[in-house]
Amino acid sequence: MKKVYGSAKEALDGLLFDGMLIAAGGFGLCGIPELLIAAIRDAGTKDITVASNNAGVDGFGLGQLLETRQIKKMISSYVGENAEFMRQYLSGELELEFNPQGTLAERMRAGGAGIPGFYTKTGVGTVIAEGKEHKDFDGQTYILERGIVADLSIVKAWKADDTGNLVFRKTARNFNPPAATCGKVCVAEVEEIVPRGSLDPDKIHLPGIYVHRIIKGTQEKRIENRTTRKREEA
Amino acid sequence: MPWDRNQMAARAAQELEDGMYVNLGIGIPTLVANYVGDKDITLQSENGMLGMGPFPYEGEEDPDLINAGKQTITELSRTSYFDSAQSFAMIRGGKIAAAILGAMEVAENGDLANWMIPGKLVKGMGGAMDLVAGVGKVIVVMDHTSKHGESKVLKECTLPLTGKGVVDRIITNLGVLDVVPGGLKIVEVADGVTEAELRAATEATIV
Repeated sequence: MKKVYGSAKEALDGLLFDGMLIAAGGFGLCGIPELLIAAIRDAGTKDITVASNNAGVDGFGLGQLLETRQIKKMISSYVGENAEFMRQYLSGELELEFNPQGTLAERMRAGGAGIPGFYTKTGVGTVIAEGKEHKDFDGQTYILERGIVADLSIVKAWKADDTGNLVFRKTARNFNPPAATCGKVCVAEVEEIVPRGSLDPDKIHLPGIYVHRIIKGTQEKRIENRTTRKREEA
Repeated sequence: MPWDRNQMAARAAQELEDGMYVNLGIGIPTLVANYVGDKDITLQSENGMLGMGPFPYEGEEDPDLINAGKQTITELSRTSYFDSAQSFAMIRGGKIAAAILGAMEVAENGDLANWMIPGKLVKGMGGAMDLVAGVGKVIVVMDHTSKHGESKVLKECTLPLTGKGVVDRIITNLGVLDVVPGGLKIVEVADGVTEAELRAATEATIV
């Protein structure tokens, strides 16, 4: 089965439709599938619900799909870096479902693992718990959260082989593996596609069974909050 | 003189014991890392890293290596990386010994509010709700009163909660308080602050 495609546009061909649910990897601007996001913008798909920890920044990452009003709803844990997001949310143009970060990650993991729901202590006694089933186990109260199964997952990895085995780099792994597993179809963009057999099978972070289409591309990899320390003067 | 930001961070660092895995929040909690001294502490960053190192030297920033505040950081010889589901499995699973985090309000029953002010900008809770629900000990570091002089150590929180009954210890510019049955217990008063001043700045019941 051929998994390697020539461009983000080709890799998304036939997968996009209005009103769909997309799960996206990335944390802040780190490890985001920036080329696939740009291709979804160009495709003009509308009324999208996106499950992603963050919403990009103005004009970059998922912020691009907010500018074009292609996103109807975000499922996120933190959206503080995006003024256009705030404007659309406060004016009622954009729906927002806040999920605690670990709950969002586990919802994706569970959805990909065939688990429709799970109980967690996170959010008990807060607005997050409102309207959700509560259940006590061993004297502690938990709430029921649902697994997420997305129509499409878009993720970013460092290296892939042509069978879709993925290797991530440092903290750019973040939400990418759980997002990848929860999609009915997963498209990955990578910095390098290496020959089959050149990845150590013991060091593959995400097996190719979860990855259906791959593209190689050149990402900008923008830094959101560049912080450094001074070198000691000699 | 009440403690300044660095003195509060230094006091919070005293809470950490050799061998602990710890998550530090944004703001004053981040400064705690500067005061752990010789103690063998492993810092967790909830975006998927154990063994967080200092900020990089200029020119050595790596876009693939950031902390939960999206700041560029470095790795150490002990560092490991993992995905977000794994990261919160160790948080929720009680493997992280302590979280040190900031707060807008804390109540005498341990309720914590630090993620949302209704009607103002809504940014989100990030990983704070998972952390306070899951880690071994929750230590809040914050100013005792607001800019307007109102107590942030309350009988009941007025803001939407991050967690219910989750706070163990509060370290402020005026001193250290523990959440105990019936209210708060004064553990320590900052140098140059009197117990009367600490009590006057506290709305919560002190037992």
